[in-house]
Amino acid sequence: MKVRAQIGMVLNLDKCIGCHTCSITCKNVWTSREGVEYAWFNNVESKPGIGYPKDWENQERWNGGWIRKKNGKLQPKAGSKWRILANIFANPDLPEIDDFYEPYTFEYEWLQKAPELQAQPSAKPRSMVTGQALTKIEWSGNWEDDLSGEFSKRSVDYNFSGIEKEIYGQFEQTFLMYLPRLCEHCLNPSCVASCPSGAIYKREEDGIVLIDQDKCRGWRMCVSGCPYKKIYYNWSSGKSEKCIFCYPRIEAGMPTVCSETCVGRIRYLGVMLYDADRIEEAAAVENEKDLYEAQRTIFLDPNDPEVRAQARRDEVPEAWLEAAKNSPVYKMAMEWDVAFPLHPEYRTLPMVWYIPPLSPIQSAAEAGKISTNNGMPDVKSLRIPMRYLANMLTAGDEAPIATALERMLAMRAYMRAKSVNGVTDNSIPESVGLDAQTIEEMYRYMALAAYEDRYVIPTNHREKNENTYHLRGNSGFAFTEPHNGRTKNNDIFGGPKKMPRKPFTDSP
Amino acid sequence: MHDFINYLLFGWFPYVALTIMILGSIIRFDKGQYGWRSQSSQFLRRKQMMWGSNLFHLGILVLLFGHFVGLLTPIGVFDALGISHSFKQWMALSVGGIAGILGFIGCTLLLHRRLYYPRIRKSSSKGDILVLVFLWLQLLLGIATIFWTIDHMDGSAMVLFMGWAQGVVTFNPEAANLIIDAHLVYKLHIILGLTLLAITPFTRLVHVFSAPFAYVLRPGYQIVRSRRLARRTNTPPPSSAPTSVASRKS
Repeated sequence: MKVRAQIGMVLNLDKCIGCHTCSITCKNVWTSREGVEYAWFNNVESKPGIGYPKDWENQERWNGGWIRKKNGKLQPKAGSKWRILANIFANPDLPEIDDFYEPYTFEYEWLQKAPELQAQPSAKPRSMVTGQALTKIEWSGNWEDDLSGEFSKRSVDYNFSGIEKEIYGQFEQTFLMYLPRLCEHCLNPSCVASCPSGAIYKREEDGIVLIDQDKCRGWRMCVSGCPYKKIYYNWSSGKSEKCIFCYPRIEAGMPTVCSETCVGRIRYLGVMLYDADRIEEAAAVENEKDLYEAQRTIFLDPNDPEVRAQARRDEVPEAWLEAAKNSPVYKMAMEWDVAFPLHPEYRTLPMVWYIPPLSPIQSAAEAGKISTNNGMPDVKSLRIPMRYLANMLTAGDEAPIATALERMLAMRAYMRAKSVNGVTDNSIPESVGLDAQTIEEMYRYMALAAYEDRYVIPTNHREKNENTYHLRGNSGFAFTEPHNGRTKNNDIFGGPKKMPRKPFTDSP
Repeated sequence: MHDFINYLLFGWFPYVALTIMILGSIIRFDKGQYGWRSQSSQFLRRKQMMWGSNLFHLGILVLLFGHFVGLLTPIGVFDALGISHSFKQWMALSVGGIAGILGFIGCTLLLHRRLYYPRIRKSSSKGDILVLVFLWLQLLLGIATIFWTIDHMDGSAMVLFMGWAQGVVTFNPEAANLIIDAHLVYKLHIILGLTLLAITPFTRLVHVFSAPFAYVLRPGYQIVRSRRLARRTNTPPPSSAPTSVASRKS
């Protein structure tokens, strides 16, 4: 057992209202630059829909993620290392900018400066790549917002597989949910695996996956290698960029920008302890439907004394072990079983998890006929098909999704009885395998969702992870400042004369 | 005067070009690697890239390897192996000719999309276009030499060029005189080739030095960076510590 810690995220889709505040604040902070105008480290998709970039979930088309070979070993779906190198001159799986959208702006200035005209001046759209006027905007980052467009086009959605989808095109049967997406900061990232330069890496101390901008050579294999299409090629700098999980904020114990600004309080951040020795084993289980459970088996119980002892031996800071005990992510994923990984079948072991949304019962007219259980509607009669959620969150296994939805319905029924009728009905939690105390804790975290319950983020103990002696005299705010109290000595032009070090100033 | 210009171009210019390429590339790499990349335009337009880029790179790699081995291997090695000059000339002509034509087709496709497709044209630097034009001309000149080479399939001219190239790398001041009587097309081909070497550090051509063969040697697939390793040593960590994308200027 080798214990490592990661800050994981849970998004409660039941409360997402699709306002895009997360996307906008993220954009303003990280991607309002030339070359990444089209890139949204965080975006919100309306489902059913083909998403951003178009049809991203279809790995038959993009060859992202991993496949399990016949001998039980994992390999990037794009092919072996030699195969990936052979594709380096022209990557056959690379999406084009049009699969995202051509970024544009409008000629707002013309509205103010236009001379007197016969018709009202209008602000024509202009491409932010070429600067040329666009005759028609064909697509954008959120073109399908709130089910816009024809059902026939939206229904190409990969999550409809195994579903008779035609009936959901009818007005009476239609359903809608939002899916906010960001980098999954996977335990078994296929972007890292497919980077020929070795520029992408996972940080040991908090699990954040980053691209070293100095080492990236723009071979763009990560863009196709990531099955979530969450790596963006900066067409201006020629380098790839991705969500950095706002690591400067996380290091300081603050939530990511998307979490902080979420008006629906749907996001949770907390420590997850996991067994790094068993990642490969969990990602390589034979049956795709077992991947959700397999990933759960490598998460470690922060209250287990043995785990804590091993974590200390593996130098996980004490504050992180304490935070892990209060982690909302652990509670939702491991104790209440209400949160799920996005598309576990990609075998990347993602670390951004989702609570599936409840939805209205299928037909109000038939409400009387709907089977109920303890006054709660049967989850099979909910408007969003279970299979659809299962295709998205458990590789098609409906049972865990049903349990989660039943527990959320039970939480509502129990709290409604308690606060409206003043009745404490312990049979409701029992019917879904929980006790009253747990249900009330779920209510506290999921319904009330206080700031300090949602975000349990220990600060990054860099004093333990770095030799602070080496950092003395380092300004910390610039890249060319003196290093170690002197100019870095690998400059070809020499720099200032190096003073010989006196033995007593050396670090032990 | 003719002698002097010949000496300048084939006696001195090779050293100027090679010095600029080697020192310039080292300085650029040392000064900062944010600009060190292939600058692929495939993301902006896939069309013409699959055929263009693959043909171009395949052709150019064969040609580079062929020129390197063909010009710099001492002629004695071929003689010892029993490879006749005319056979070597014939091999150079056929393999080089095929690779050259493939590379030229690829380069033409790439140049066409770069010049005539607005997304790529607008996002290209002057250097991006210059490099491609130079390479296109270089391939054209290289193919053109076939016309003159078939007149002397005995390999006599080839041996002179080998002598010149080996003279340059062994610092023989007489090297330039060997090819003073060569046809102009060969000379233009050499001058443009040396110019391409000289402009390498200032263009995207530096990505050649970063061919990622280390990838196949990487143990497993994953990379985890730990700060703790730096703590246990007395050497300072590299200054290229992970930095945020936003704090960089493009």
